Amino acid sequence: MKIVIMGCGRVGAELATLLDREGQEVTILDIDPDAFDQLPADFKGSHVVGNGIDQDVLRRVGLADADAFVAASPGDNRNVMASQVAKHIFGVPRVVCRVFDPIRQDLYRSLGLETISPTREVARLLKQALESGPAETPSGEG
Amino acid sequence: MYIMIVGGGKVGYYLAKQLVEDGNEVLVIEKDAAKCRRIADELGDIVLRGDGCEGVTLEAAGTGRADLFISVTGDDEDNLVACQMAKNKFSVRRTVALINNPKNEAIFKKLGIDTTISSTALVLANIEQELPSHPLIPLLTIKGSGLEIVEVKVPPYSAMAGKRVGELLLPQQCLITVVIDEEGVPRTPNSDTLIRAGDEVVAICRRESEDALRAILTTPVKETQ
Repeated sequence: MKIVIMGCGRVGAELATLLDREGQEVTILDIDPDAFDQLPADFKGSHVVGNGIDQDVLRRVGLADADAFVAASPGDNRNVMASQVAKHIFGVPRVVCRVFDPIRQDLYRSLGLETISPTREVARLLKQALESGPAETPSGEG
Repeated sequence: MYIMIVGGGKVGYYLAKQLVEDGNEVLVIEKDAAKCRRIADELGDIVLRGDGCEGVTLEAAGTGRADLFISVTGDDEDNLVACQMAKNKFSVRRTVALINNPKNEAIFKKLGIDTTISSTALVLANIEQELPSHPLIPLLTIKGSGLEIVEVKVPPYSAMAGKRVGELLLPQQCLITVVIDEEGVPRTPNSDTLIRAGDEVVAICRRESEDALRAILTTPVKETQ
């Protein structure tokens, strides 16, 4: 599968590494050339410096024939804009978008974007952890 | 009219000033405290400090009753999201977005933003008019009619230089209204008026025949003979 990821922060780099090790064809984009330092030395995918909301950049990285696009930059607005460009202009079959703000997530979900809100997910996981009691936390963390 | 403006930079500030002077109820949403203060000092209590893409801020600003929502920040993604929030979450009927990258115009239109204004494209259009390869200047669009008022400078190499207006094979519904010579003297032309190199020809024409009009006035001698 050919996958384009926008944003090479902790999450983007981790995701790119996971997919790369699975043997997927990964291209990761970031506006900061130093961001790619987070990728492991054995990363076989390609990394491109560029603005993920610029259609010319997206064309250059071959988004038109990508199977999936993931928006994982730190900005909600950049993520939803890039995702909408990927979906509506480039017709990428699978687009997943990170949105921190739950209100914006609701809106873009209702507009047909597949979104994940770390805010909601993490809050839910933290709550779950609290409710499940200390017995399940690994030793050394208490 | 209640008009909301996201972004209190230079564009937002002057826009707000003008719209207030015209008697509208205006609210500017701006993140930066210093810009907020400047607007409050000069234009009064018409500014809300906050993020114009944030649901809570838009709620507090009474976005639901806005007649017009304009987003003029320096970032296209912020303008897009602010307008999409206004339109889809608060049902604002008319949204206007400033676009910095002209290539974003298509996506904004596709995503339901009613009006887009590309500042870069406007500046570019003006610069291009100064370039010899773009001698046709659109001066004004006559709203709803598909007609434009345009200006063409007759280059020295033009095959039409030295010919009379009556000899021009103009496109349909195209009228030459004024001819301005190099000294800046305007003349109302008739069919006997001589077109000279360096003249500026002001015409009314249909948008689709702009290129034809330009070609007529600017094609070099060799190509037509």
